[in-house]
Amino acid sequence: MRGWRRRALGTEADRATFRTLHQASLASPALREGLTTESSERAARHLRALLGTPSLAITDTAGCLAWDGAGSHHASQMPLLVAATLDRGRTRSFDRGDLPCSHAGCPVRSALVSPLVVDGLIVGSLVALAPSQTAGLARAVDEVATWVSGQLELAELESSRARLAEAEVRALRAQISPHFVYNSLGAIASFVRTDPDRARELLLEFADFTRYSFRRHGEFTTLAEELRSVERYLLLEQARFGERLQVRLSIAPEVLPVAVPFLCIQPLVENAVRHGLEGVDRVGHITITARDRAQDCHIEVEDDGTGEEPEKVRRVLAGDTSIDSVGLGNVDARLRSTYGDDYGLVVETAPGAGTKVIVRVPKFAPGVSA
Amino acid sequence: MDLEALPGAVAVVVVAVATLAIGTWGLRFSRTTSDFFVASRTVNPRLNASAIGGEYLSAASFLGIAGLVLTFGADMLWYPVGWTAGYLVLLVLVAAPLRRSGAYTLPDFAEARLGSRGVRHLCSVVVVAIGWLYLVPQFEGAGITLAAAIDAPRWVGPLVVGAVVLVNVSSGGMRSITFVQAFQYWLKLTALLVPVAVLLVIWAGDGAPRPVTPQDWSMPLLGDGAQGLYSTYSLILATFLGTMGLPHVVVRFYTNPDGRAARRTTLVVLALLGIFYVLPPLFAMLGRAYGAADADTLVLELPRLMTDGVLGDVLTGLVTAGAFAAFLSTSSGLAIAVSGVLTQDVTVRRLPDVTAFRVAAVIAVTVPLAASLALPDFGVARAVGLAFAVAASTFCPLLVLGIWWRGLTAAGAIAGLLVGGAGSVGAVAWTLADDASSGWFDVLLGQPAAWSVPVAVTAMVVVSRLTARTVPAHARRFMVRLHTPEALELDR
Repeated sequence: MRGWRRRALGTEADRATFRTLHQASLASPALREGLTTESSERAARHLRALLGTPSLAITDTAGCLAWDGAGSHHASQMPLLVAATLDRGRTRSFDRGDLPCSHAGCPVRSALVSPLVVDGLIVGSLVALAPSQTAGLARAVDEVATWVSGQLELAELESSRARLAEAEVRALRAQISPHFVYNSLGAIASFVRTDPDRARELLLEFADFTRYSFRRHGEFTTLAEELRSVERYLLLEQARFGERLQVRLSIAPEVLPVAVPFLCIQPLVENAVRHGLEGVDRVGHITITARDRAQDCHIEVEDDGTGEEPEKVRRVLAGDTSIDSVGLGNVDARLRSTYGDDYGLVVETAPGAGTKVIVRVPKFAPGVSA
Repeated sequence: MDLEALPGAVAVVVVAVATLAIGTWGLRFSRTTSDFFVASRTVNPRLNASAIGGEYLSAASFLGIAGLVLTFGADMLWYPVGWTAGYLVLLVLVAAPLRRSGAYTLPDFAEARLGSRGVRHLCSVVVVAIGWLYLVPQFEGAGITLAAAIDAPRWVGPLVVGAVVLVNVSSGGMRSITFVQAFQYWLKLTALLVPVAVLLVIWAGDGAPRPVTPQDWSMPLLGDGAQGLYSTYSLILATFLGTMGLPHVVVRFYTNPDGRAARRTTLVVLALLGIFYVLPPLFAMLGRAYGAADADTLVLELPRLMTDGVLGDVLTGLVTAGAFAAFLSTSSGLAIAVSGVLTQDVTVRRLPDVTAFRVAAVIAVTVPLAASLALPDFGVARAVGLAFAVAASTFCPLLVLGIWWRGLTAAGAIAGLLVGGAGSVGAVAWTLADDASSGWFDVLLGQPAAWSVPVAVTAMVVVSRLTARTVPAHARRFMVRLHTPEALELDR
């Protein structure tokens, strides 16, 4: 049995490779979280096994983050070593003169310190501690430090991707169109003399609308809140368009508590108003429907305006930002990233036939709460 | 069809048409921006509570209790008491945290709390099992009702209700289900309250004859010995703890805007059920006084037994309408809950969106329909009682431990669900197959909750302790979310 297994796994050299790769794969999930005390502690164990030294330390640019193995009383000496390495910018070795020790039999008699570099900046170092130094060990420490740097760079990539998604939401929040602000204030101004009460009401609606849109916290809100913001938006638009804007609503009350991504309906309504009314000289109808569909909730925003080339809509949904319909693409991308690709926007449109945008939201999705 | 059957036939048609009409009306009710605020207001607790009552009061409550009390006497009062008190347990332990968890179904809750797809799938299996076990007696009740009302063969009722429910559900679910179900509650209450009031007047006019009863009818636990005592305690446990595990009840709590509204809704439900459950025992008492014989159809036949002419016809029509509403609302709610779970976890991966739900609806309805036609008549209330026992042995431990104990692990939940589910479902299967309740063995299996609930809880706690290292990392944070009011500014 044993012999068979040995043969099946190849030569001694092959197995050494497998062991090395396995140790590396154990360390990588921790390193992908970035360089923190916790991730360093989890990774240090596997990195020490990889290098085969009695002890190993991971530091940031100031001091020790994690120490694995014997001789942890040397941890306090790390800042000096790290500072010396940072000056040089590449792997340095230190001997017993740099590591004063009063413990008998302490295996830490020399240190190899290799910098960890992310995006050209040194963020910390990998310290291998051993009784003596060999050229082989120095080379190995160098290679492992390079590999760790690569993993940390991936972590950086991951977090910048998350930051990007956050920035997109923030961009949308700040994306109350200047036209809308200008037009709303213009419409309100026109009421100031003729109907001061209405002007006051509209101003308050405007204040509430902007407060909601600039809200700082939370990625999700309830459908009820989102619809309330849509209501304010439509009131302001109606002040401008008057009887030309006709709105019909039918909302199933069962779906009002559903958690939805923040500002996922309002941009669609804004699009509908633009398509349904601007540039045409007749009454425009907008219909907003929310249906209860067992596990899902379907929200439809429909206008009877000019419609759109389906190909153009397809490009917007595919992420083409050169077209002036940013809201649509942004909402679609956020729905997909939250609920998966099955829950993207569905757009039914043709030139001259109006546009209908359907949002589908599951009533429950792990990690989503208003 | 003779004249005798006319009130029943009219009642059935009226209820079906009214149900469909309200279902459509709710959504057609379109509004302009001026009353947008009304349109975007959430369902208030009173309406939602009526809807829960409408969905919850099934054939077992409408027909079964009166029959059981008529036959077995005061012992059976524990059914209505337990079916109401279940909401008290729900109110105290589960309502608000469950709403705050954001879960729509019980599998959703399990996934959110334990972060495990495995527990989710197991919960889905249990939901389907409970749903089907609960649907079978609804269809049976429909058979009994139509047989009594229009003299149809027993298989007609199940087919009619099954077909109506299937059309309703697969055409996209009942459109504005809250209004429909709320209407059904008030219909059911009226359909018992008015006849009872009239019949009590007649009874008083007849000189208030005393019910003809054997001595142990009005005295609970007389002469049944230890077995009777065990059965009663087990029934109490099953009904008190089973309510929170009913799939069609739990989904209705999602309609509440927050945890506080969920509590208020539950409180109103308690009141509504309390009013309703006073009535069936009165039917039983009058049945005893006037020598009614057939337990299952007591409610339907009592009006004609006590009075004849137009009054008897009208009252018969009314109770038939109520009974039909009972099957329709409960079966629709269950069918939607079961097909929702089937869609999410079985059919949706293989079929497109709408087809998946329709296929699931067909499966959800036809399986219990076939079972109700194939299985012998078992007594509507007792069969529903067994569904409660399964719910109490599976979802009650999961919900209560999941909400109140952060040590629960996925492995523990799976162990508890398996032990409780296998125990109670096995007992139900045995009881359905062999209805002779003679020895202790049959009594233990006939009312499994008293042993299956503690066993399930123990399994969950012990296995969770053994796998304490796998407590989900987000457990504490999730607990904070479950137990803090939404009004509190807090990073959840």
